[in-house]
Amino acid sequence: MGAVPRVATRLGLRDHLGTVGARTGLARNDYRVTPGLYCVGSPGADSPVLVSANYKLTFDALRRELASVDAWLLIVDSRGVNVWCAAGKGTFSCEEIAYQVRRCRLEDLVSHRRLILPQLAANGVAAHRLKELCGFSGRFGPIFARDLPEYLLQGKASEAMRTVTFTLGERAVLVPLEICMVWKKLAMALPLFLLLSGIGPELFALHSTLSRFAVLLAATLVALVAGAVLVPLLLPWVPFRRFWAKGLLVGALLFLPLLLALPELGLVEGAALLLWVSACSSFMAMNFTGSTPFTSLSGVSQELRSGLFFQLSAAFAAAVLWPLAAFFS
Amino acid sequence: MRHFRYLEDAAILRLDTDKCIGCGNCVLVCPHRIFALRDGKAAIVDRGACMECGACATNCPVGAIYVNPDDGCGCAAYIINSWIAKVRGKPSSGCGC
Ligand code: SF4
Ligand code: SF4
Repeated sequence: MGAVPRVATRLGLRDHLGTVGARTGLARNDYRVTPGLYCVGSPGADSPVLVSANYKLTFDALRRELASVDAWLLIVDSRGVNVWCAAGKGTFSCEEIAYQVRRCRLEDLVSHRRLILPQLAANGVAAHRLKELCGFSGRFGPIFARDLPEYLLQGKASEAMRTVTFTLGERAVLVPLEICMVWKKLAMALPLFLLLSGIGPELFALHSTLSRFAVLLAATLVALVAGAVLVPLLLPWVPFRRFWAKGLLVGALLFLPLLLALPELGLVEGAALLLWVSACSSFMAMNFTGSTPFTSLSGVSQELRSGLFFQLSAAFAAAVLWPLAAFFS
Repeated sequence: MRHFRYLEDAAILRLDTDKCIGCGNCVLVCPHRIFALRDGKAAIVDRGACMECGACATNCPVGAIYVNPDDGCGCAAYIINSWIAKVRGKPSSGCGC
């Protein structure tokens, strides 16, 4: 076989730009590396083999953390998806690992028969099946690449390395994607906003339609800040377990002071806006359940029932009150 | 994950202690440290924090663990789409994440 590509353990400008693209969802969200064998440092026949996904951000995190290590990197084809999601979707599997082991002729390269797997692949990889599939046995290393040097030194992972975290920083990188997912829905809602704002004593009078449309849009942006930015960032400190309730609370709390600061809005108008902001913020917060590493699917379906009931009724009430308000002012 | 707890009795997680051979795989792989070995058998020590990822069940060599097998990433959009799909009798389109 040919030479194994050695990868840099420092990231360049292109890597960082690509990261911005992938994080915001502006660029492809399947940002991939060619599957196969790579190395860091100068590994030999007894160096460890680390298995990982071909999602570019995962690969970057891995090589950045391995500056002090000599190791082989076996990158499997997870279709450009991160380890956890790929394992859940079945693309990061025992069969795929075994396929890459054979394709890269790993048994000719190393004298041992061990693979180190990312712990978060465990929902899709049954490590005990690997031995019979490819002759290599699998062991789960730590969850995060940053703990790999320590793990390789100690030969085992501490409880902390095996526990998933969800720090402020980890939540913050998810925010741009949350916002980008809302843009499309918002664009679809704009004609409806215009329609609802145009109904009044003088149907579709230009000035009043536009100014009411602007208010509605601004209120929706407040809801976006509350549900897609503040709830994720403040997650552990916002009361309530249910995400829809977190979103409702933060949305209402953020919007109330603004409402009081704008006395020219009438009571009915204010009520309509408050209902709308609460419903939107609640819905966006509820969607964030999909991005956390601690919400169970059963739990989410449980909260969806009450959440959707609130959001739909509040949105409906707002849609009735908003045009009505035009007749009272 | 002390700060992050979700609905305590929602997760579907069952352990068949009679089948368990005490290999410890579930204890090792769980990202929320739900299991512990007690007297040579696995025990569920913090059921309320389970996120139904299925890692324990996948890595149990004797099939002693059952986790809600519904796949999908657990976001609201996914579940709503699968409800709509059920009503319309068509396969779900997923959620795009
Ligand atoms: S399903 Fe996941 S979180 Fe729940 S006990 Fe198993 S490994 Fe732990
Ligand atoms: S993985 Fe299965 S057999 Fe092993 S300790 Fe857990 S329950 Fe018991």
